[in-house]
Amino acid sequence: MSGVHALQTHADIDSPLRRAPASAKLAATLAFAVALALVPAERWTWMVAAVAAVAVLYRVARLPLGRSLARVGIAQPFVLGVAVLALFQGRGLAVFLAIALKATACVAAVQLLAATTRFDDLLAVLRRARIPEALVSTLALLHRYLFVLVEESSRMRRARRARTWRAGLWETWKALASVIAVSFVRSLARAERVSAAMRARGGGGS
Amino acid sequence: MHIPDGLLSAPVSIACAALAFPAVGTAAARARSGTGAREAALLGVTAAFVFAAQMINFPVAGGTSGHLVGGVLAAVLLGPSAAVIVMTAVLALQCLVFGDGGLLALGANVLNMAVVNPLVGYAIYRVMAGSAARGPSSYARRLAGAAFAAWTATVASAATCAGELVLSRVGAPSVVLPAMVGVHAAIGAGEALITAVVLATVMRLRPDIADRARSSLGRDRPGGIAVLGLVAAAALGLFVSPFACAWPDGLERVVERLGVEPSRAILSAPAPLRGYAIPGLHAGVPSTSLAALAGTLLVFACCVAVGVWLAPRRAAGRATGGPDIAPPSRS
Repeated sequence: MSGVHALQTHADIDSPLRRAPASAKLAATLAFAVALALVPAERWTWMVAAVAAVAVLYRVARLPLGRSLARVGIAQPFVLGVAVLALFQGRGLAVFLAIALKATACVAAVQLLAATTRFDDLLAVLRRARIPEALVSTLALLHRYLFVLVEESSRMRRARRARTWRAGLWETWKALASVIAVSFVRSLARAERVSAAMRARGGGGS
Repeated sequence: MHIPDGLLSAPVSIACAALAFPAVGTAAARARSGTGAREAALLGVTAAFVFAAQMINFPVAGGTSGHLVGGVLAAVLLGPSAAVIVMTAVLALQCLVFGDGGLLALGANVLNMAVVNPLVGYAIYRVMAGSAARGPSSYARRLAGAAFAAWTATVASAATCAGELVLSRVGAPSVVLPAMVGVHAAIGAGEALITAVVLATVMRLRPDIADRARSSLGRDRPGGIAVLGLVAAAALGLFVSPFACAWPDGLERVVERLGVEPSRAILSAPAPLRGYAIPGLHAGVPSTSLAALAGTLLVFACCVAVGVWLAPRRAAGRATGGPDIAPPSRS
């Protein structure tokens, strides 16, 4: 079961990349993705160079290589699915290689950004970029309560499994659906408490 | 369906972002006109709920499993603009922190899964749920509507995604489009069933919340929702309709699945697909389109059956809290 631990990042490992300003890192990652998108499919040496460059930055950031590779791998099924589709057309092999290399380099670059930047710093950048406040505050609260709700729903599933002797497919579905429905109802109640606490501390501006 | 970076060409990414930006901005403006802290907490905690719900895997036959995406569920329970914000926040966090979906491709992912998905779904849900009175029959209609909306919205997202991939020259339309739409017609069936089962459980445990969601249906101001509907229609028109010339056979199939119901339902915006559909339908042999139409009708019938079957029987008589599964709130 994918629990809270799968969600941990390494934003606390000190390195030159960790200390660089978040806005610069976000802009560099975006520029990297744009530049790579513009590289034509035939120039695969450029793409290999891009992958190598990101790998060097991982060393600079002192990230655990095994875990980082596992995280890059999460995005690969979709990439491979689309890349295999590309094989069914003219010059399919070149497109296949280009997709695989470009996607790996970009996924690794975004993972690097996430692993070396605190989420609060990213939010501050988004605020300065004049992203609508409703979206930024939603992101902030999402990040704050994500771990609480994931932990809560996995606790509910654990309790359900402990009580259920042997469930068929349909019983499992009904049980999981009631876990989701109850956690939605609990989320609404939690939102009420959070907003009351925010108002009590003078926040929210209503 | 999270598109990573490296698949989409730069022009397609920028076009998607240009479409997604005003939609999210409009939704944010509508959401902010709510009540400050209360609205902010509701959106943030619901986004965390959607994220947590996506991590719960439902077993499917043969060791595989699927999970809820939640765009239509959020739209049904909270309204369309809240659903756009919630889904955008979930996608942005998945991209920025967990590397799921690309940074440059974020515009495309937001367009497919946070704009097209909840808006197409919400339009269909409103058409099917109507404004029926309280009671079991209204619950059945709303459950059937939510189920069919979830299926169609999943297929619509997949078709938009396929269009973006084809325009980025990742693959030929005759390969990418049927693969994406076919796979997601199956995935959408799971999404439909999970959405209906969760909604039925909310109706049974907290009919007050389910009814509050229904009564908020009537309060939508038409201005912002028209902009949102227009963006969704433009996305479908831009990324799905080009196949009218390139691949009429497949377009028929997509139009049968997408164009007929949603384009009529997309909030009375001019339907971009219908104009393309007529020459396609006249030119080709109608066997594939008839098969697709029959498939869509079959899904529709299944959704109606699911709605009738899952609808809580005694819900109208009860005011609050069903004690039979779990106490609500107060954790």
